[in-house]
Amino acid sequence: MSDKPATAKVKGTVSVKPEVCKGCAYCIEFCPTKSLEFSQSFNRKGYHYPVLARPETCTGCDLCGVHCPDFAIFGRRLKPGEKA
Amino acid sequence: MSQEALEGAGCAVESDNPVLPFLRQDRLPHIWCPGCGIGTTVNCFARALQDSGMKLDDVAIVSGIGCTGRVAGYMNLDSFHTTHGRAIPFATGLKLANPKLKVVVYSGDGDLSAIGGNHFIHAARRNMDLMVVCVTNHTYGMTGGQTAPTTPQGATQTTMPYGNFENPFNLPFLADACGAVYVARWTVYHVRHLARAMKEGLAKKGFSFIEALAPCPTLYSRRNKLGDGVEQLKYYKAKSTIKNGADTKDVGLTFQGDIIVGKFVDRERPTWLDSMNGHLTKVFPGKFTPYGS
Repeated sequence: MSDKPATAKVKGTVSVKPEVCKGCAYCIEFCPTKSLEFSQSFNRKGYHYPVLARPETCTGCDLCGVHCPDFAIFGRRLKPGEKA
Repeated sequence: MSQEALEGAGCAVESDNPVLPFLRQDRLPHIWCPGCGIGTTVNCFARALQDSGMKLDDVAIVSGIGCTGRVAGYMNLDSFHTTHGRAIPFATGLKLANPKLKVVVYSGDGDLSAIGGNHFIHAARRNMDLMVVCVTNHTYGMTGGQTAPTTPQGATQTTMPYGNFENPFNLPFLADACGAVYVARWTVYHVRHLARAMKEGLAKKGFSFIEALAPCPTLYSRRNKLGDGVEQLKYYKAKSTIKNGADTKDVGLTFQGDIIVGKFVDRERPTWLDSMNGHLTKVFPGKFTPYGS
């Protein structure tokens, strides 16, 4: 991702519901800006869930949300001036 | 149940995730395995419903038996979980009893093309006004990985331990040949395309058929040593070619081979109800009241 700017022009964030995640990694693998990573901790069922490791690159495109089979994550655009 | 009705009934509706109002949240999390693609197709379907702007009371979903058959139980729509392979006959009856309803059949490849294969071809022949979503994972997931009519040649299954030697169905070709008015195939990797195809299918009058290729990491992928769900999605990404309007004769699937995806057929034909109304109005002039229009 070296050709991408370090900070995205359009800012976004994701919301994760760790308890329903099954750790399939679709969101992490297919994030266009590679902003997501597995968490260090486990959820109650023993799965690692995604966390927004690089919030500065997230554009809020919601591709993680469409890919998620468990409805555990979704992305949204931040309003101007809003902090993630 | 609509969202208002759900709230009225005292159920908590989490409005944060945009797809949650389309799901029965009291039944989540669902039973599908980690890496299973069925949940992603449901996610796309929820987004198609959202984009279509249809009222949830105007849509009904019917499904058969199997992993994909569980979808009807998770959608916040009027739904029915029928016997094995009989989703299309039930949906036909539902549509004819209440022609204003948009009826969606959501089923797996085995349920739709093996046990319910006859119903499938005849509903397409009659151009019954249904939207049929077929989640193709090339196996019978719920019963232990038996060979399905869509299992590609060379793939190993529980009932074909030395590799499958049967010729698989090319479902878009079958639907096209039987007269479906809308035929598309997408994979779980092409989520935006799949959601758009489902939205078009919801708006289309007549028999629309959407095949969604989805990984089955627990049975199909594990038995064939293909890795987990992400590995299958990477394969879909690498080997898929989008060819809208492609001849459905050429879109057959091979084991881990090239996949042709796209919208193959989009045409107009009178639906079964239109044909019946038109014909009987001609045969009994002045005496017949057209039904359902």
